[in-house]
Amino acid sequence: MSADKIIMRGRKIVGGVAEGEALVTSQTISGWGGIDPMTGTIIETRHELCGQSFKDKVLVFRGAKGSSGWSAAFHQTRLAGCAPKAVIFSEMTTKVALGVVVMRTPCVSELDDDPLEVIATGDWVKVDADNGIVEVIPK
Amino acid sequence: MKLSSDEQAMLDGEDGSGRQKAMELLVRYGEALGAEKFVDTDNVTGTMGSSSTFIRDYFDTGDDRDKLFSYFDLDSDEAVEIPKARTFACHLQTRFEPQRPDLHDTPAGALEFHQDNQEYTAGLGVKMLNTCTPYVVGNTPAQGEHCAWMESSAVVYCNSVLGARTNTEGRESTSAAMLTGKIPDWGFHRDEYRFGSHHVKVETPIESVMDWGMMGYYVGKMVQENIPVIEGISAAPELIHHKHFGAAAASSGGVEMYHVVGHTPEADSLEQALGSRKSAENFVYGINEMREAYDELNAQGNSDDIDYVMLGCPHYTLEQIAVVCRLIEGKKVHENSNLWIFTSRAVRNEAIKHDFHKIIAKAGAVLMTDTCSAMASATPAGTKVAATDSAKQTYYLPSMLGVEAWFGSTKDCVDAALTSKWRGVCP
Repeated sequence: MSADKIIMRGRKIVGGVAEGEALVTSQTISGWGGIDPMTGTIIETRHELCGQSFKDKVLVFRGAKGSSGWSAAFHQTRLAGCAPKAVIFSEMTTKVALGVVVMRTPCVSELDDDPLEVIATGDWVKVDADNGIVEVIPK
Repeated sequence: MKLSSDEQAMLDGEDGSGRQKAMELLVRYGEALGAEKFVDTDNVTGTMGSSSTFIRDYFDTGDDRDKLFSYFDLDSDEAVEIPKARTFACHLQTRFEPQRPDLHDTPAGALEFHQDNQEYTAGLGVKMLNTCTPYVVGNTPAQGEHCAWMESSAVVYCNSVLGARTNTEGRESTSAAMLTGKIPDWGFHRDEYRFGSHHVKVETPIESVMDWGMMGYYVGKMVQENIPVIEGISAAPELIHHKHFGAAAASSGGVEMYHVVGHTPEADSLEQALGSRKSAENFVYGINEMREAYDELNAQGNSDDIDYVMLGCPHYTLEQIAVVCRLIEGKKVHENSNLWIFTSRAVRNEAIKHDFHKIIAKAGAVLMTDTCSAMASATPAGTKVAATDSAKQTYYLPSMLGVEAWFGSTKDCVDAALTSKWRGVCP
C-alpha cells in the first residue's frame, strides 16, 4: 500500500539503485572474524543476527566494529556472490566506509530519520543512492 | 574532494596507471567518508598483497601478481602495472607460521602461494616485519606524523602512545596509500577528533600486564568506539602495559585512541585530553569493575584441564620472552599441555642471541613468528581448553576456534602449561 510508504533522505556513500527485503540490526557488525564471507552469514556468537545471512538483503545496521580486516571480508562477500543488495548504516567509520566502497553496493547514510527505528526486518526497502533517497514499504 | 595538483596529476594518470587506480580508489573512499581533502603520509602499515587462493582463483589471475593486486588490493576493474611503494611501508602479521607449517593445517598450495605473496610484496618495497607490533621492531612514527595503518591494536598504540595520527585503515586503503602517499584527511588526522569523550577514574592500583589487560577490556566495553581518558594512574605505564591495554580495548570495544593523564603525549592534564569537548561521561574503574572484567573474561572457561597455553597477543616483546624463560627454565611443559609463544621475526632473532630459543625448546614449548592462533586458526591438535594472558585473544578464540578460554596472569598461564591445570586467580 503506497500510503504507508516512508521516505527518508540522506547522503550517497556509494552510488546505484537497488531494492530488497530488509535485514536490520541495531548492533554493530564485525567483519573479519564476525562474518563468513563465503556465505554472507554473521558468525559472531554474541550477535543478535548470529546464523543469519545478509546475502541479497538490504542490510540496515549501526556500523562496523572489530578488526581492520572489515573491508577485505566484505570485499570478499562480493566475489563470493554473497554481498547485500544495498546497505544503510548510521555510524560513520573508516572501516564501514572503505568496506561499502569495495563491496560496491548502493549505500546511503546520514539519513534525516533513524533507519534503525524506521526500518524493520522484512520491510521492502528501495535504496536510490544516487539521489540519497530511501523508500520503505513496511511488511 | 578538493585535490592538490599532485593528486590531480596522479588521478589523471600522469604517474602511471598503477598510481592512477590507487588514487581513484582513495577518492571513492574519501568521498564515502565525507572528507574534503587528503593528507600526505609516508608511513603505511597493512597486509598488502596477502591474498588467499580463493581470491586468486576467483579473478583467475594465475601467476600474474600485478593483476591480482589491481583487482583486489586496488579494487580496479582493469589490470595495471603496479609500481613500487612511494612511502615507507611495512607488512603486518600473516596467516602462516613459515617455519612450523606442520603445526597447523594449511590447505594444499596455500603456504606456497603465501610465500609467493610475500616475495611479491617485498618486491614492491614493503618491509616484511610480519608482526602486529610494528612499533616494537622498526616502525615507530613520531608525534604528529600522519600514518595509514591497519591492525586495531597497532592503530590504538600509534594514536595514543606515540601521538602519531592514523585511522583504522583497511587492506585496500593501505595498498593505495603506499602507492600514492595519500590518505583521506578525516577522523584521527584532525585535532578536534582526538579529544577524550569519557572520563575514567581509576581507584585501584594498575600495575601488571594483567591489570592493564583487564582494565582495557572493561573500558573498551564501556566506551565502545569512543575515546576514554584514564585518570588516576601513578606508576608510568610501560610499553607492554600499553600494548595489552590497547589491544583489549580495541577488541571489546572499538577504541582507536585513549589518553592516560600525565602519561600519554596529548594528556598533560585532564583538560588537555578533553580539549574542546564540553562534557565527558564519567565512570569509575575500581576493584569491583576489575573483578567484573576478570569474571567476564573467564566466563568461557569451564574445564580446568588446560590443553594449550597461548602467549604473545599482541606479539611478545623480548622482555616478555625473558620473563617466560625465567619461569620455564629447567622445567617441562606437561605432557597433556602445550605452550606456544608468538613474536615478531626481529624479536625472535634477538631472542636467539640470548639462547632463549634453547630454553623454550628444552622446556617443550614453541617460539613462533609471523602469526598467532586467531590469525592462523592454529591451535595444537585436539585443543579443547586454552589459557592466555591476552584479553584480546580470550575474546577471539572461543568464537573463532570453538575452544574454551581462560584468562590470567603470565605466571598463571605458564603454571597451567607446566601442570596442565588451571589455577588462575583474580588479583
